[in-house]
Amino acid sequence: MIRYLYAEQLDAFPRLRDTMFRHRAEQFHKRLGWEVSVDAEGFERDGYDDMNPLYVIWEMADGTHGGSMRFLPTTGDTMVSDHFLHLTDGVRIESPLIWECTRFCLSPDAPAKVSAALMAAGGELMRAFHLTHFVGVFDRRMIRIYRMIGSSPEVLGSAGEGSEKISVGLWQYDENVRRAILARAGISLEQSQQWFARSFDVVAPHEERLSLVA
Amino acid sequence: MRPDLEITLDRLAQATTLEELQSETLRLRDESGIANVVYHWTNLKGEQFGAGTYAPEWAVHYINQNYIRVDPVVSGCFNRFHPVEWKQLDWSGKAARAFLGEAVEAGVGRQGLSVPLRGPNGQFALFTVTDECADSAWRAYADERTRDLILIAHFFNQKALEIRRGTDYAEVMRLSPREIDALTMLAIGYSRAQAAERLSISEHTLRVYIESARSKLGAANTTHAVAKALTLGLILL
Repeated sequence: MIRYLYAEQLDAFPRLRDTMFRHRAEQFHKRLGWEVSVDAEGFERDGYDDMNPLYVIWEMADGTHGGSMRFLPTTGDTMVSDHFLHLTDGVRIESPLIWECTRFCLSPDAPAKVSAALMAAGGELMRAFHLTHFVGVFDRRMIRIYRMIGSSPEVLGSAGEGSEKISVGLWQYDENVRRAILARAGISLEQSQQWFARSFDVVAPHEERLSLVA
Repeated sequence: MRPDLEITLDRLAQATTLEELQSETLRLRDESGIANVVYHWTNLKGEQFGAGTYAPEWAVHYINQNYIRVDPVVSGCFNRFHPVEWKQLDWSGKAARAFLGEAVEAGVGRQGLSVPLRGPNGQFALFTVTDECADSAWRAYADERTRDLILIAHFFNQKALEIRRGTDYAEVMRLSPREIDALTMLAIGYSRAQAAERLSISEHTLRVYIESARSKLGAANTTHAVAKALTLGLILL
């Protein structure tokens, strides 16, 4: 299932949190050889993790991480503007309607549908929060995965060679694409909305709470 | 009724005092036909500043009672960057329930949508709209207006920061050559497709560059962004 968690909420899910940062170390440090820092606990974390980003995480049945990605608003500091301006024609992409998506990571044991489920969750964010685009940083392997999901970004530019190749790309919100990706992941619209509501809404229904003061 | 975003942003752009920001909240409320439009600002030092249409007695009471510590809207939006529906918040605690009772009494409204905003040095602000209407009417209003409200909220905060700083410092100087190229081509009458071709980028990418420039200029749409860039002398024909 999908969970939407701000960084400061991660501590309530220690198993999910720890396995996510370990899988990130595995993917970005070990497999791709990116220059990322891995701490003594084996966690891959960077400065953007300290800015209270919003994570979208696939939680496995045993409470561990199946896949994830990280979002930050482009009105604040972003990886794209801080490090990859040369890949965006020098344009500092900045708008309250555009969020940055980085560190798309899959667990080695992730079922095939997880990447589609994550992208569909991204679509849920765009729909619910009235966003127009995501701008993302991703590795070479992801280009093929995004294509298979039916959610190919428009690649703005790439740097590096081989497994170290990093690209910056754009996704535009499209309700039809969101529904197609959900179908591909085998997740119903209702299920997707329910996961979303569970993360962003409190449990008690509004009417009930208001009746307390009426 | 739907206020014209371009006119709203132009009025905001001309505001030079906190009083003018206050007047803008009144105008926005009247044009939107909703109960309240409120901007609430705080920083690490605990200073607060507000502009908005709440009854002045309520604003004073809120400050005197230090309700910022109780208000679920503040705690629920702090450290968030997505627009927050008041329905999503936790009003179940005893203090929060009492606070809500008083707020409703004071005409705040039971429906609310708040856009969290962040500025330098721990600045945190909320731009909020509220009403008394039924859930379905509020849903329809929010669906139609949230995107505009997000844009107004960010520009409102930018103006409030500028006014507080007492300088004319404008973010627009950060437009990159590529954004200026894109706006220039549109200004001389190129279509998006033609401009994209000239710049050797896709139309999709061009849209994002223009959206970025639009945001930095505090413009409502592409035409407005081009007009503002011309007025500011950022593009020359």
